[in-house]
Amino acid sequence: MTTAETRKSSGIGKDLIVFVCILALAGIQFVIAYQHISTSQMLVRMMTVAIIEAGLALLFFMHLAENRGLKWFVLIFTVAVILGMQYGWTDSFRLLDGVPWAK
Amino acid sequence: MSQADFSIHAQVSRTAATELMTAPTFSVPAKKMAMWLFIIADSATFAGCLVAYGFIRNATPNWPRPFHSITNVAIMTLLLLTSSLTMIIGVQAAQAGEKGKAFRFTLITAACGIMFAALHLREWMGMIHEGATLFHNPWGTPLFSSLFFSITGLHLLHVTGGVIALIAVALRYQGGRYNADDIEITGLYWHFVDLVWMFVVPLVYLLNLAH
Repeated sequence: MTTAETRKSSGIGKDLIVFVCILALAGIQFVIAYQHISTSQMLVRMMTVAIIEAGLALLFFMHLAENRGLKWFVLIFTVAVILGMQYGWTDSFRLLDGVPWAK
Repeated sequence: MSQADFSIHAQVSRTAATELMTAPTFSVPAKKMAMWLFIIADSATFAGCLVAYGFIRNATPNWPRPFHSITNVAIMTLLLLTSSLTMIIGVQAAQAGEKGKAFRFTLITAACGIMFAALHLREWMGMIHEGATLFHNPWGTPLFSSLFFSITGLHLLHVTGGVIALIAVALRYQGGRYNADDIEITGLYWHFVDLVWMFVVPLVYLLNLAH
């Protein structure tokens, strides 16, 4: 018998609630898309919702909530990589507005 | 060192070596850990693409907003999210030893993936028909088309790979060559593909919706 087979099935109830929550959050993203707000505001709102959606999927669908060590490993590693990529944002503003020291 | 000391030392070393070899990292089996490491690496790939998209979109004046309808992308999202639920049912059935149910739900998940891919290709064909290609964009900067086809193409590639993996694992599970762990590990990959879509939709589609 495998590791997975020895684990008792906890039923679909909790996963169904998480699924409905994710579906509702996805719906909220579509509603935000039709709001008359600036692109940056829209981006912040949509990304906030997307991060909550992804967090729910990670914790419950991918069972990360059950393994504390792995949860922190995945979180720290992924967030560090993504934050590292944000380093270049200032350059995209420079491309848009021209070099700041030229003004 | 006496013969007895040597023997005890050898035994201790052997026990330590066995513990090192058998104790899995974070108490996660090796196959599952390998999938997690792949997911972490792949999330960096997608993050790289999406952040690069963000830089370029931010740095390009008059970024086009060619999408007039959200119906297609909404159905695609619904399909992918539902496939995650069917995957969970499949994994739970496999863990409970219900082989037939696990096989059925894994194939239903694959079917959802196929429908998603078909809708995606239909959307691509529509855009190509309007003149959008990897290097040409009828609505403005060609960067839009390049990024759109690259990011959604990379995701579609993952969906296609996932569908193939799901069918292969389901068939081998049914044939007795794979077990519930393999279904669970393939499920992890499928949930990841779903998770990436949660970021692709707002960034690539919803932010480019024509008002």
